[in-house]
Amino acid sequence: MLLGVGNRHWSASLLLLAVVVLASAASTAGEPLRVAAAISLKEVLTATVESFAAQTGVEVELVFGSSGQLLAQVRSGAPVDVFISAAAEQADALERDGLALAGSRRTIAGNRLVLIAPVEQSAQLDSFTALTEPSLRRLAIGEPATVPAGRYAAQVLDKLGLTERLEGRLIYGSNVRQVLAYVERGEVTAGIVYASDTRAASAAVRVVAMADPDWHDPIDYPALIVQTTRQAERATQFLHHLTGDEARQALSERGFTLPPRPDESTLSDARLPDAPHPQSADKRRDGTSGVGAAR
Amino acid sequence: MSPLGLSLTISTAATVLVTLVAVPLAFVLARARFVGKSAVETLLTLPLVLPPTVVGYFLVTALGARGWVGRWLREAFDYSILFRIEGAVLAAAIVSFPLLYLPAKAAFANVSRELEDLAALLGAGRVRVFWHVSLPIARRGILGGQALAFARALGEFGATVMVFGWQPGRLTMPISIYSAYEQGNVAQALPTALLMTVICFVLLGILNRAMSRRPA
Repeated sequence: MLLGVGNRHWSASLLLLAVVVLASAASTAGEPLRVAAAISLKEVLTATVESFAAQTGVEVELVFGSSGQLLAQVRSGAPVDVFISAAAEQADALERDGLALAGSRRTIAGNRLVLIAPVEQSAQLDSFTALTEPSLRRLAIGEPATVPAGRYAAQVLDKLGLTERLEGRLIYGSNVRQVLAYVERGEVTAGIVYASDTRAASAAVRVVAMADPDWHDPIDYPALIVQTTRQAERATQFLHHLTGDEARQALSERGFTLPPRPDESTLSDARLPDAPHPQSADKRRDGTSGVGAAR
Repeated sequence: MSPLGLSLTISTAATVLVTLVAVPLAFVLARARFVGKSAVETLLTLPLVLPPTVVGYFLVTALGARGWVGRWLREAFDYSILFRIEGAVLAAAIVSFPLLYLPAKAAFANVSRELEDLAALLGAGRVRVFWHVSLPIARRGILGGQALAFARALGEFGATVMVFGWQPGRLTMPISIYSAYEQGNVAQALPTALLMTVICFVLLGILNRAMSRRPA
């Protein structure tokens, strides 16, 4: 008897659940625009999204992580409308898989790589080459296969011939902000992050040196619209906002470098999702994509 | 070291550590009566239900460079347990502690008091009674607990990844599976996942057989 009541109760709630799920799937009107972005963009995007919502009434839901993590999520079907990576590599991969809306790719920002250390224990450390000093216990970098900052950092270490000498002393962060946190908490002797990350850092972090941009691949932040989006128009609007004056100023204030101003004629390419331009994806391959496949 | 080698090393060390602490504690607490005993026992079995990330959180905040123990360790000995194999062993040991403590306590509780009293009457000291009477009788429960604790330590992920971190060339088996997932190479994790399944299957099989046999 009791069981019977319980069962009926359950099927009623299941039915209700199904109705709710179906109803929410059917309408996209109230759905926010979902943006998956490299975690180094956290503060600047949070601010930009607010001004975007104020101007257009479009709510944006942000998801942050390492570019590699986010790429894996988009590949496995996560409901994402816009993907912003911290390297050309992940954007290229998305395009290769046919998961990017053709012609939607825009470079929204650039960055520099810096060597940082905890304030209280870094007296000797004054350059990248000083990383081989025996007093350097541990160097934190992003995990190179999934974290672009880690990949750039590994390239710097390779270029300076430090990789082998640092064996056994590297700690991987699962994203660039974890590297920053390790340094902030004084758990490692040094870390390699973006120049923009140090703006978000506490006073416990000291910038030791800035990497020469020639030591690593160009740091670009490509943004693209995910092919499965049902909100291509609003996504295009958002990308337009990201390449606009206001966002550019916010980016530059937070330590990002700025790409050349976008050409307005290419911006219209992505307007029509049902009329893709297959050639425009290749057009964007401008030498920034020379990153090899993940090791 | 390979993920298999590293994981086996950590879990073996953790099981030894847990045995050294949990078995004597279980022996004492199976008999002792004092105020607050139930609170102590609850605390000892807490890791059974506590999320490993909570264990990891406490370890990192206490033993990290800015933690109250960690700061002292660094100033006094220039030592930090984070990112070291000792850290991974400690994390695995805490999480697997109740899995040996509980069966060991049950086994000691089942040892007849008369046998212990008889041994004492014949002139054996308390330590001797423990070694030659209680421990041999309780050994089956202890061995079963060790198998469980070892299996749990082998699979430890949450606390370990916080304390030991993600180090190139030094991945435990569970961390290597997660790392493959993060890199989008789920297929790469298959051999490790299968190997862990087989190891745990064998461990549980041994445990079940040992438990089902009637005590001698």
